[in-house]
Amino acid sequence: MARAVQEVVYIDGVRTPFGKAGSVYRETRADDLVVKSIRGLLRRNPALPAERIDDVAIAATTQTGDQGMTIGRSAAMLAGLPRSVPGYSIDRMCAGAMTAVTTLSAGVMAGAYDIVLAGGVEHMTRHPMGEGMDPNPRYLSERLVDPEALVMGQTAENLHDRFPHLTKDRADAFAVGSQDKTEKAYANGRIQPDLVPIAVRSSADGWGLVSVDEMPRPGTSMEGLAHLKTPFRPHGRVTAGNSSGLTDGATACLLASETAADELGLRKRMRMVAFAFAGVEPEVMGVGPVPSTVKALQRAGMTIDDIDLFEINEAFAVQVLAFLDHFGIADDDPRVNPMGGAIAVGHPLASSGIRLMQYLARDFEANPDARFGITTMCIGLGMGGTVIWESLDHAGSAS
Amino acid sequence: MSEQASTAAGTLPDEVVTHARMRLVDLPHNAGTFALITLDNDRDHTRPSTFGMAGLASLDAAIDAALDVPGLVGVGVTGKPFVFAVGADLSAVGMVTDRSQILQVAQLGHNVFRRLGELDVPTFAFVNGAAMGGGLELALHCTYRSVSADAAAISLPEVFLGLIPGWGGTWLLPNLIGPGKAMEVIVSNAMAQNKQLRPKQARDLGIFDLLLEPADFLEQSLLWAAAVITGQSTVDRPEIDRSGWAATVAGARAVLDARIHGATPAPYVALGLIAGAADRSRDEGFEAEDNALADLVMGDDLRASLYAFDLVQKRAKRPVGVPDTSLARPVTKVGIVGAGLMASQLALLFAKRLQVPVVMTDLDDERVARGLDYVAADIDASVSKGRMSADKGNRLKALVTGSTDKGAFAGADFVIEAVFENLAVKQQVFAELEGYVSPTCILATNTSSLSVTAMSAGLQHPERVVGFHFFNPVAVMPLLEIARAEATDDATLATAFAVGKQLKKSCVLVKDAPAFVVNRLLTRFLGEITRAIDEGTDFRVADQALDPLGLPMSPLVLLQLVGPAVAFHVSETLHEAFPDRFYVSPNLRRLVEAGLGAVYAWDDTGQPYVDPKVSALFEQGSTTLTAAEVRERAVDALAQEARLMLDEGVVADPADIDLCMLTGAGWPFALGGLTPYLDRCGAAERVTGRRFLPAGVASLPAAAG
Repeated sequence: MARAVQEVVYIDGVRTPFGKAGSVYRETRADDLVVKSIRGLLRRNPALPAERIDDVAIAATTQTGDQGMTIGRSAAMLAGLPRSVPGYSIDRMCAGAMTAVTTLSAGVMAGAYDIVLAGGVEHMTRHPMGEGMDPNPRYLSERLVDPEALVMGQTAENLHDRFPHLTKDRADAFAVGSQDKTEKAYANGRIQPDLVPIAVRSSADGWGLVSVDEMPRPGTSMEGLAHLKTPFRPHGRVTAGNSSGLTDGATACLLASETAADELGLRKRMRMVAFAFAGVEPEVMGVGPVPSTVKALQRAGMTIDDIDLFEINEAFAVQVLAFLDHFGIADDDPRVNPMGGAIAVGHPLASSGIRLMQYLARDFEANPDARFGITTMCIGLGMGGTVIWESLDHAGSAS
Repeated sequence: MSEQASTAAGTLPDEVVTHARMRLVDLPHNAGTFALITLDNDRDHTRPSTFGMAGLASLDAAIDAALDVPGLVGVGVTGKPFVFAVGADLSAVGMVTDRSQILQVAQLGHNVFRRLGELDVPTFAFVNGAAMGGGLELALHCTYRSVSADAAAISLPEVFLGLIPGWGGTWLLPNLIGPGKAMEVIVSNAMAQNKQLRPKQARDLGIFDLLLEPADFLEQSLLWAAAVITGQSTVDRPEIDRSGWAATVAGARAVLDARIHGATPAPYVALGLIAGAADRSRDEGFEAEDNALADLVMGDDLRASLYAFDLVQKRAKRPVGVPDTSLARPVTKVGIVGAGLMASQLALLFAKRLQVPVVMTDLDDERVARGLDYVAADIDASVSKGRMSADKGNRLKALVTGSTDKGAFAGADFVIEAVFENLAVKQQVFAELEGYVSPTCILATNTSSLSVTAMSAGLQHPERVVGFHFFNPVAVMPLLEIARAEATDDATLATAFAVGKQLKKSCVLVKDAPAFVVNRLLTRFLGEITRAIDEGTDFRVADQALDPLGLPMSPLVLLQLVGPAVAFHVSETLHEAFPDRFYVSPNLRRLVEAGLGAVYAWDDTGQPYVDPKVSALFEQGSTTLTAAEVRERAVDALAQEARLMLDEGVVADPADIDLCMLTGAGWPFALGGLTPYLDRCGAAERVTGRRFLPAGVASLPAAAG
């Protein structure tokens, strides 16, 4: 059988508002966050018959309890998708949702799927980082990795050590920029359209509704950040202000073969150009996006100069700075995270990859001149992931 | 907060308070600030939220707090998971001795609930779960209503309990959906064993404006509220037909009369209020409800109903005097001796509920095949109606097998006989069974009147014999009388009760005494009716004499249902045991010998008339009694028999007699089953010199007035 490679297009994505761990979603189940995202996504794409979805992949870092039970399948059933639609679970820590997208897309490319639904969730209240972790003793006995490599904040401090010119001041300034850009994007109503409101119960206060991200701190200043504690190291550089907080939230998106999207009349927003994952030393996992981006660009036959927009996950400001520094991009380059990022809205680990794609799709929509963009993120245990996208809102794109 | 609410709060010390918790919500689409009130009694769904005085005060305060919010665009009310609210807290009603107390509760409920219909902003009920009684009334007060497709129970059950929906229901509902549909909900459904509405039915009736899927019910409800408030969405309700309002209610009243003959006040009071809702103002309508509620609460019918409800809800689930469940032996295979109609019904029930192999035996292949066909046909019907999956149907059908060889019972843990009601036959069956089953296999008998002890006499292991008496139709009637014979051991009894529970029956422990409880009482009572007819009273006068009790059917219709032959046989058995009290009617014997199945025939319009063949057959005397005289005889006989049963230890407590009559004979809640009525009408004192229950247990307390 001759195998025709299919083009993959990104159709649409939504997410729950992100909440601070231990706060608004304290009594809300993780699977319910996924279910409501899926329903919100399908509700605004009525042209897509649900039975046409060929597979559902949902990422979660801690796959137990309400994030377990093969959450891709269980959330699909709970969301009311037809029983004929299968599902599975994905884990690549922070890049879970990104991996759900790339893995499903690979299936589309190979002709195994036409339409797929990817998502991610991390309820860091119900599943604190490291829950149930049981590292092999060989990590220590053979000195495979520094024990600090398992604590993400330590790895960020390690990055400051490796690149002394990436100072705390530069990290704080980037963080202030993230808050400012988020505030502006909210004021312009650019973030809200992709949020699915979530009804939340508090046994003490009754039902409420979460419609916006909880964590942004508009008006953050350098002075305000200057004296925050450095929890990972005395006199360190990494603070709650220049890193993403512990977050609860879920994301979901639809991808399709270009043929299926055309057949159903679904709006095609972006075409997947290439993707790559790469490994680095776990102690400096934050540099992961550098080699993964190099690799993806190589595979696409492109250079960094071809990229018009960057959505890079802001796990830590220093990790974004390390990426920008490597490629010679200014800390405040307007092409980078134009609507802000995880430092302001939060980083519910396995969900964030799709949040980046939603933002990039909105960036493309607002910048018809932009043709190519990347979504990239660092990943625990020393990895990076990168997806290169082509805007289908761009005049020159062949769609 | 209204002054009334603040002074009333805390007057019921045992109230499980439903808190009304208000949170402000920014509605989607910039629709503005909305007050969302959650009703929550801080218990899980097994203790649904109810309203007492403190709960009403809390709701009142939450509404006050909402009104303090500047720029408020609307108020919504929803419930804790799975429950919206299920109405008034009735637990303290039995303690109410003063009409003014109940009047105060009725008025407070109105005063608080009606605020939701009279604010300057629109109000919304987001009915996320069970909404019964006052809970549904609260929703009716709101301007708009949504309902979740998984809401487990939606009803106004008050009439079922001997009350009326007295917090606005009888005025609001007919004015919302019309008197005909309102009567269906308030009267017909309540009187049909408290039938619940499904959410879709309730929406189709017009009770709700919007039906939503459960997965994101509250989110979509709030989105809808935002759309309604901003005018993006409008709520269209069909105009109700107000012509013929009085005639519609009068028609329903005639149907009710034909059915319960004025036996109990609540449904009539409800009809009166619905009729009045046509012209009464809101104030007048609510005031009429206050008074009606107070009158009913100060009546014995309601007290008896609440007592009966408690028996059915609690005592039926925790039978009294049963050995420890740990003694019960597992039942992994069931045998049924016989393949007739009763046996086939039993096979079906055991297979469905226990989901273990069930073997039926009978004398020849044809009878066995008929029994198996009955079972298969019933299962196939369930499958074709979509009530059971085809796989489940296959599973159940494969479980039920038949044989003409009792050797098929080998390995059974529980064998029940349903053969001809003849002691010698049953003794022989049991003796034969001992050759095939293990010494611990339960041998149960479905006899309705024979001695279980006599049946087990001469067996190697009489300790495993137990009476297991079902009521017809087996699938419908909840009661199972479990009779302990002289030799029955605790393990056998515990197993019998465990099986009964798995069969989802209300099990009552009875002594092995002739006809146990229900058949003994019904036979005694039927005997008084037939005796009156035999002496010369007109068929119809005698048969209608009991109408004021509101029984599910008249004595002669009951006779037809049971079958004259069976009824006659039981009367003979009981006459043998108690010749002074149990009457054997020569006319009934003639009816049986003539092979007639009923006294009545029915004309083309469905009206019964005495079959001329029957009147020709009956030889009547010349003593005619009035209906009141017949009734007194029958009721006095019941009082005597019930007291004797307690004296003989057939059951331990009058409550067990009542539970049996409620679940085995379908006698009304308003009678409390039986003994509260016997106390109330004076028969107990007249015949036995004492009451069955102290005043206040199932009747007004002595101090009430």
